[in-house]
This record gives sequence, C-alpha cells and structure tokens, in this order.
Amino acid sequence: MEPKNAEAKDGAPTRLIVGPFNRVEGDLEVRLEVADGAVAAAYVNAPLFRGFERILEGRAPGDALVVAPRICGICSVSQSHAAALALAAAQGPGAGMPVNGLLATNLMTATENVADHLTHFHLFFMPDFARAPYAGRPWFAAAEARFKAATGSAVRAAIAARAELFHVLGLMGGKWPHTLTLRPGGVARALDGRDRVRLMAILAAFRRFLETSLFGARLEAVAELAGTDDLERWRTAGPPGDFRLFMEIAADLGLERLGRAYDRFLSHGAYPLPGGGHLYARGTVADGRSAPFDPAAVAEHHRYSRMAGQDRPHPPFAGSTEPIGDPDDDGYTWCKAPRLDGRPYETGAVARQMTDGHPLVRALVARDGAGVTARVVARLLELARTTVAMEGWARTLDPAGPWCSEGALPDTARAVGLTEAARGALGHWLRIERGRIAGYQIIAPTTWNFSPRDLNGVPGPLEAALVGAPVHPGETTPLAVQHVVRSFDPCMVCTVH
Amino acid sequence: MTHRPLSVLWLQSGGCGGCTMSMLCAQSPDLPTLLEIAGIRLLWHPSLSEETGAEALALLDAVRTGREPLDVLCVEGSLLRGPNGTGRFHVLAGTGRPTIDWVRELAGQARHVVAVGTCAAFGGITAGGLNVADACGLQYEGTRRGGALAADFRSRSGLPVINVAGCPTHPNWVTETLMLLAGDALGADGLDAFQRPRFYADHLVHHGCTRNEYYEYKASAEKHSDLGCMMEHMGCLGTRAHADCNTRPWNGEGSCTRGGYACINCTAPGFEEPGHPFERTPTFAGIPVGLPTDMPKAWFVALASLAKAATPERVRRNAAADRIVVPPSIRSTNKG
Repeated sequence: MEPKNAEAKDGAPTRLIVGPFNRVEGDLEVRLEVADGAVAAAYVNAPLFRGFERILEGRAPGDALVVAPRICGICSVSQSHAAALALAAAQGPGAGMPVNGLLATNLMTATENVADHLTHFHLFFMPDFARAPYAGRPWFAAAEARFKAATGSAVRAAIAARAELFHVLGLMGGKWPHTLTLRPGGVARALDGRDRVRLMAILAAFRRFLETSLFGARLEAVAELAGTDDLERWRTAGPPGDFRLFMEIAADLGLERLGRAYDRFLSHGAYPLPGGGHLYARGTVADGRSAPFDPAAVAEHHRYSRMAGQDRPHPPFAGSTEPIGDPDDDGYTWCKAPRLDGRPYETGAVARQMTDGHPLVRALVARDGAGVTARVVARLLELARTTVAMEGWARTLDPAGPWCSEGALPDTARAVGLTEAARGALGHWLRIERGRIAGYQIIAPTTWNFSPRDLNGVPGPLEAALVGAPVHPGETTPLAVQHVVRSFDPCMVCTVH
Repeated sequence: MTHRPLSVLWLQSGGCGGCTMSMLCAQSPDLPTLLEIAGIRLLWHPSLSEETGAEALALLDAVRTGREPLDVLCVEGSLLRGPNGTGRFHVLAGTGRPTIDWVRELAGQARHVVAVGTCAAFGGITAGGLNVADACGLQYEGTRRGGALAADFRSRSGLPVINVAGCPTHPNWVTETLMLLAGDALGADGLDAFQRPRFYADHLVHHGCTRNEYYEYKASAEKHSDLGCMMEHMGCLGTRAHADCNTRPWNGEGSCTRGGYACINCTAPGFEEPGHPFERTPTFAGIPVGLPTDMPKAWFVALASLAKAATPERVRRNAAADRIVVPPSIRSTNKG
C-alpha cells in the first residue's frame, strides 16, 4: 500500500496519512478517514519491527537483563525492572529482596518515570501550542516563549533539570539508559551514607525546579488537589507557572473534550512497598467499577497485525512473534492488539491514578471522560506525588543494611514480571526450558494504547480516541490529531519491540 | 563562528532511541546551549523538532534533492534489510519507503555520515540471536565491512562513516564528534580501525576503573554487589573495551563498573553475542578465556598467581563485601 493523501470528493471521506510523527519515541504513522471536518476512522501503524522477543530466545535467562532494556532508550529501567521481576518470580520464593533493594529499585524506576513525564510535557507535548496556527490565542505569547520546540525557555530549563535528575541513576545505576544494576534480588550497588545525602540533595534540587518552574507551588499542594473545583481555582487564581498555563490553554481549546477513548483503565501497580502493595495500586477500572487485575485474562490478537496467527487470541505464555513479510496482507501494523477479557484498555498515568483512586483524576474523568486534559493533568499530578515519595524512600534507605540477595534459577519455569513504565502497564512473560529462554513475550504500555483493531474489529484506544477530532480545511497534519496522539505519550519502540 | 552553521539531519531506524535520550543528558553546557555555541543547526530531529508529517517530509525532500545542503547525516539505530531484502521492517512513516533506502540516498548528499550508537555502526543488539530483522550497521555488519552502505563508501568529505559506537553513546562522544566536524578537525587519522573516533576509542574502560586495586591483586567479586574485580568471574570486559567510561563519567559520577556490574564491551562490533552469558566469565582451566588487551597469556598467568599470593587481607576481604569493611591503614607521615 502506497500511502497517498486522497483528493477530497463531495461527500466521500478524505484519506490522510500522517507521518513521520515526531516528538514521540520512535516512528509512528496514522491513517485517517476524514468526513465533515472531523476524523471518522483512524488506523494506527507502528512501522518498525526489530524482533526482540526472538533475540531473547535461546539465551541464558539472566541475559534478559542486558537485552530487554535495549528495547527502549526512554523506558530502559522499566524494561530492566520487568525482566528482573520475571526472573525473581522464576526463582520462586527464596531469600526475598532486602528493603534497601526494594527502595533503591523504586528510586531508579521512579527517576526514569518522573524524567519521562518531564520530557513529555516540555519537549514532546507543549511545543504544539507554540505553533503558528495558534498565534491569535490570548496565551500564545507565553506558550511560544516557554515552549517553542527546542528553544523555549521552559524547554531549556527542563532539559537541564532532567540532566541533573539523572544523576540519581549515575549514582545508583552507573548510567542511564541501559543500567544493569537492577537484579532479581535487589541492586548490585550498595549505597553508603554519603551516597544517601547526595541523593537527597539531587531530589531536593529537582523539587525546587518543579516548584518554581512548573507548579509555582509546593508539590504537596498539587498532590492534594481533590476535585475539579480545586483545579478551576488553580486555573483562574492559582500561582503562575506552566501548570497554570496549560490549564488556561486546555480550557480555551476544550482539550478536556478531545481524545476520549473507552474510559477503561489498567495498571499493573507501580512501586512495590516494603509492607506489601504498591504506591499506586494494581487493578482495573472499567464501566465505573474497580476490579483486581488478572494477568491470565490477557491475550494478544494478531488479526490486523503483520504477524502469523491472525485467526485466534494468543495468551502471552503461548504467544508467538512471526512477522509476515507480505505487504498485501490486511495487517496494517507490526503492533499486536492486547486485550483484557477480550476488551481494549487504556494504560498510563491517568489509568494509574484512576486505579489508585486519586480524587482529582477520578473527578476529571467523571466530568469529561479521560481525554487530553485528564491525561496531562494525571501526568503532572504524578510528577508531584512520585517526587514526594522518592524523597521518603531516600530518607528510609539504611546504609548499614543489605542491598541484594542471590537466588538460583530452575531449569524450567514460567513467570511473569509486571511493572509500570511512565506510559503504563508493562509485562514480561518468560518461559525457561532446559535452562534457556524458550519464550519471551512482552506487552508494553503503548502496545495497549496504540493497538490495532482486534478479532472483533474493535479499534484500539488511540484509534477510538481520534474519532471526532476536528480537521480544519487545508490541514494535512491536523493539530487536534497531534494533541490526541501525544496526550498518550506514546513509545513506539516499546510498542512492537 | 564565521562559517554558516553545521547542518545536521538526524534519522532513527532499528534502535531504541537511547542514544538521543542519553545525548539530552549532556552537561557543561547543556545540549541546546552546546548546539548554539558550536554552530550546529538541527535541520530535523525526531525528538526535538517542531515539524511533523508533511512539513518534515518537505524538509527530507529538500535535502534529498540538494536544495537544502546537508553537512552531517546522523543515523541512530540499525538498518533493517528484512524481510527478504525489502527493508519493509521499517518503512519511514508517511513515505511508503523503507528507511534503509532513505538513508542510502541521503548519505549521498551528506558531507559527513555519522553512525550514532553501536546499532547504527555495526548492527548491535538488534542484530542479535537469529537476526530476524536482518539488521546491519551503516557500513559494517558486525566486524565485517559493508552494511547498508558499501564497504568502500565515502561521504562527500572523503571520510567513511564515522562510527560513534556505544550502547548507549555517552552524550559527549556525540557532541564532541559534531563539534570536531564543525571545526573541520576530524580526519581519517582521528578514526580507529573500526572507524570510531579515537578521542574516546583509544582508551580502555579499565583506565580509571575504581576497582583497579582489586584487579592488580586478582581479588575478585563472586556475586553481584561485591566490590572486587569483575574480570575473573562476572564477565567484565573492561580490560578489552575501547572507551573512556571510567575517566569520563556518566550522568554525574557513574560508569557501568561503578554501578556494580560488568563492562559488556558495548562499543565493539558483535558485543551482542559474546558466546557466553553476559555476566559470567568463561574460563579454561581456571583462567579467563579473554585476556587483557595486549597482554601475553603466560605473563598474565604468572602475574595473576603471584598477585593472588600477595593479596593484602584488606583487599581480599573488601573484594567479597558490598562496602569497605577494612579501610586502608594510615601510615604515619611523621619521619621522626
């Protein structure tokens, strides 16, 4: 299929191919059918296939800690964490992870997630509001000064703050991305008292950046926002900062009504706590009800993927990754379509905060559904909540205690590692046979969010969210479409892997 | 700068984007400042630029046809030849055309071609295992010359592809390469046998390793989190890996060995298939199969056995701990 933008004909839908889609991680193409000035149907194509699941097959299981992070340069520690959790589960209950190992792992995964939220807002999402078509809006001068791509003052400040924050991973993990410090039993580098105070200083400096540049207020004040009235007050009378600027833009453009998908949410649970449970709970919210998450109810459909096995659902332990080279096949993406109980689910910060029951995000979604505004607010809320939690974990580290336990892998095992990357639910399904990796299936957050249609023809969350997005006359790369796509913070290299 | 800015077009293919993510961690100065003061203009970069879709395609077309002069083509990620030689495992979004074909055409327009990262240089991790995607580097397939571009490819400057290898690359390996190119200060003699910039590839990861005293005495780590040398048991290739990671720290004060894990020689072609588990050293008759670079085996064996016999108690005990349990003794400086 040669993508070609069809000429508009009276009444007939116009076809638009949008790509390359930058300021997302990796390559993305979206095919739109446009009718009556709005998107009537969307088809999402993840155009890159590398085959990491196959690269992992046949290796020593521990090699997953080297290979899996290299799926993604922006979710690298999350991939590492999922692999370590799968290996730990394969080892079975043993020495267990020392509290220091758990907290250090949380600090490392949280650093990446927080940095990703920061990068998304400043480098990927906001620059679209500094584009020429918005020149007439009352907020444009501020948006342009702060967020012009690559040069805006907030963009530059965020790049510098991010580089400083990543000193956490230099200190604890040697480097970022692609650290090997995370182990199934903890971390390979013990911290001493000096490391701990250095860590706290880095986090305090990061807090200062968030409080002065982004929020104009204490992180606790952001975390305590309890409803839509609080948020409206912040928009109209809150402290100056980029958070308030975004709220102003969002209200002016009606972003809360743009980009709603199914309002079904999945979270694997983020940041396990020493006493059990997670900082952000594991579970689902669908049809307004919370429920536990059952990994056994997950299956991937290949119906519109360029993958063999298009006729049936594939539970991950029985999954396969055999690309079809035939371009005439009706698969339109390398991405598979994960479904939970046969239905598409959205994942990411908004799903985590819905599942965790944060009152602000619950109220936003109750009022407008989960659209562009709710996704972005949830991410900024998490920046505040997670940074506060990181400070607590750093304080709790005990330099005198143990950091890592060693375990042994059996020759045969099936295990799953479930974590949350910045973009949502990440799972590794590992099968070990004769001491080697016999199967390794990965379902990444954007696999959920940007999945194609499934066996029932039901579109994936982004495909649903794009329907109704306005397309103005003459737009070849509609801005509303860009806002919706980027509101998910897609990571295309994770999506197909 | 009296010259016009150095124009850089950055494309990504079969990689993870991690070299870009790493480059954004540049400090002293930060990346936007560095690009400005070095006179480097990003025509288009997938993570940083404003232009999307049709605007980006117009720019690619201007470069392709020579209307927009291109000083440096940076490619991040391996190039995918599969399936069946079509390159369709990565069709550049919005173009219907395999990225490998774009890269081949644009490389002909560029004054310099830079492979950013080991994937773009040699194939890297994406060429691992059965290499289902048929991944290769720009001018290499592993250690063999000839990849997406021909073995004898030369860009318009006369240089072959500049291989800034690393998985990921250190931010300043990339920025310093670009600054050298902007100043016309990187020639063929600045590249090593694998076309890596010698300013970082003439060093070994071993240089400046904080575990050097353990190495000297063969006081070895036996499990993850031990402080000892990781060469004997834990798969560390730092004595053979060409990079300055321990004299030019990462993300403030880090390096792989400082982070508690082995150097896996990620700047080398073929690092993705070491022939043994990454974090375990293969041995023959108790001796590591791979020896330090330029070291005769007989000397290594002789020195190792002597060093083991001479290991101070302090070094021996600390090597097997995750923190210093025996500090160095303090010698009196009072000569009287």
